Amino acid sequence: MTTATTTTAPADAKRTPTPGGTAARVRRRLSHPVATAVSILIAVLWTVPTFGLFVSSLRPEDEIKTTGWWTAFTNPQFTLENYQEVLFGRSASSGQLASYFVNSLVITIPSVLFPLAFASLAAYALAWINFRGRDWIYIGIFALQIVPLQMALVPLLSFFSQGVSIGDVTLLPAWNLDDEEKFIQVWFAHTCFALPFAVFLLHNFIAQLPKDLMEAARVDGATHPKIFRSIVLPLIVPALAAFAIFQFLWVWNDLLVALIFAGGGNEVAPLTVRLAELAGTRGSEWQRLTSGAFVSIVIPLIVFLSLQRYFVRGLLAGGVKG
Amino acid sequence: MDFADEAPKLLMLLYGLIAFVVVVGGLLLLLDVVPTWFARRREAALLAASTAAAGPATTAATVRARRRRSVVNRREGGFGFFFLLPALLLLAVGLVVPAIRTVVLSFKDGNSENWVGLRNYTWMFAQDEIFRVLINTLTWVIVVPLAATAIGLVYAVLVDRSRFEAVAKALIFMPMAISFVGASIIWRFVYAYRSAEYDQIGLLNHIWVLLGGEPQQWLQNPPLNTFLLIVIMVWIQAGFATVVLSAAIKAIPADVVEAARLDGVNSWQMFWRITLPSIRPAMVVVIVAISIATLKVFDIVRTTTNGNYDTGVIANEMYNQAFRFGQTGQGSALAVFLFVLVIPLVIYQIRNLRKQREV
Repeated sequence: MTTATTTTAPADAKRTPTPGGTAARVRRRLSHPVATAVSILIAVLWTVPTFGLFVSSLRPEDEIKTTGWWTAFTNPQFTLENYQEVLFGRSASSGQLASYFVNSLVITIPSVLFPLAFASLAAYALAWINFRGRDWIYIGIFALQIVPLQMALVPLLSFFSQGVSIGDVTLLPAWNLDDEEKFIQVWFAHTCFALPFAVFLLHNFIAQLPKDLMEAARVDGATHPKIFRSIVLPLIVPALAAFAIFQFLWVWNDLLVALIFAGGGNEVAPLTVRLAELAGTRGSEWQRLTSGAFVSIVIPLIVFLSLQRYFVRGLLAGGVKG
Repeated sequence: MDFADEAPKLLMLLYGLIAFVVVVGGLLLLLDVVPTWFARRREAALLAASTAAAGPATTAATVRARRRRSVVNRREGGFGFFFLLPALLLLAVGLVVPAIRTVVLSFKDGNSENWVGLRNYTWMFAQDEIFRVLINTLTWVIVVPLAATAIGLVYAVLVDRSRFEAVAKALIFMPMAISFVGASIIWRFVYAYRSAEYDQIGLLNHIWVLLGGEPQQWLQNPPLNTFLLIVIMVWIQAGFATVVLSAAIKAIPADVVEAARLDGVNSWQMFWRITLPSIRPAMVVVIVAISIATLKVFDIVRTTTNGNYDTGVIANEMYNQAFRFGQTGQGSALAVFLFVLVIPLVIYQIRNLRKQREV
């Protein structure tokens, strides 16, 4: 945006002298050797570790384990074997990440959709439906952002495994979920933990919609569900996208919730759990760790880089997830 | 990979999606259809009533008007209730009740059978290893926000309006997309160790040896190892700081900058007198947000050292106590302690955000 103004014709620059002037000044400063050196140093420090991992993941096992990845440039030897092995390998030690990759997907998709839908419904109600106690409910949900999810883990797990009972009276039976069914409790946990932040973020957007628009719709006889569906939802697509990206990255990259609610087996556990396990038990098998880490990184990286605009907007609008 | 192994999972995903459509679609449909049906019936009833009792018209009209007003309000309330129902139900079951239960459990012993009073809380400070965990957490919370914000700020100022700004910011922002587990593996590889007679494969040891040092087991030497783990967190969070602060820098009014420039300030003065005071609120928000994230850090410690070699932090120790050692009471007490530490930060954050909105 600003770079566009600086590169326009001189006449234009004259009309808006300040951005051009500042930019010129800053350019001068950037050309200062120390400043340039520092910014390049930071950029290098932030990219080299990832780059090294990527290069290593493409090198043969013997090479990774005996020489540094930087030697790959003088003695290039590249292979895709690590990826083949870590994704589809048969032996128990090989990683079998393809299976965990599917788990990550199965965990993530509903864990994004459910809070998105429930939170937008709730945010709409809190912003535009008049009823008593509305403000108190909003403050309550808002305040729940404080609660670290560590506070909920132990009781929530026992809620799933033992149900709810007061004394001898069973109010809710145990869920008794096995194997694949454990996805349900992971979805449930992620949805609950996401809601306070989701309601907060979406409420910020929905409450800012013009009041006239809502009143006009009411006068025309539209009911709340109708307004929600045909007016509000299309207008808050950027906010929905921002939250969806947040939640996607959060769930895909989560380790703690998955460890507790998915268990360790390859029926439910996501990539992060498997990778953490590999790092713990086979910490020197770098050919698997490097390629495995990259397998887990690639999807969020694609999502992130292609939708960065929405993500940044969400960051600036809503603070950070608690 | 066998497709047969994956089929049940995909089936579960399908069930999940069907459940989603049924619940959300059903709720909206219900809210659409049911009130319309009731409205028709009410209209019919009113019509019947008005044709039957045409006599005392004046009083009936006022009563009807009042009734209709209350009906509208009630209907609004009903809508509000159903729109909020799923979210409130899930929050109650998944967050509010469990949080209260955790507080209760923190006053009980490991099997949650006997009351032990405050023993779980005194245990935290009495036990050397746990005290060490608290000290480590304190170190994290002090170093990470300051380092990440400082680096983010310097970088944001340096690349601001340069030709490569977009690319430069994307580079430092990228670690935000990488999981903590992935980041930990990336940095473990940097810290990797081999004994002195071999070539080093870890970048840090390679540089260290080039400089004439003996290769080190970096992650096993306290207290240095805690700082090396902190580097990972700073690496992840600096991008967040850069993006938010960069937006704040761009929001500084152009005429302020221009006026300062006409007064002949150099770039050093510009930074300290203009830039820094203008973005102070954004900086506070960033520092507090990173502090909160840091307090809860779990994945990094778990993936790199699993809390061994004196690197444990509260969230990690809480997991170990509650889910590995079966000490529910002590784990819960640690969770409550974490909660207590977070509260002032969040309140401060909320007040700041609100002040910012008003301005």
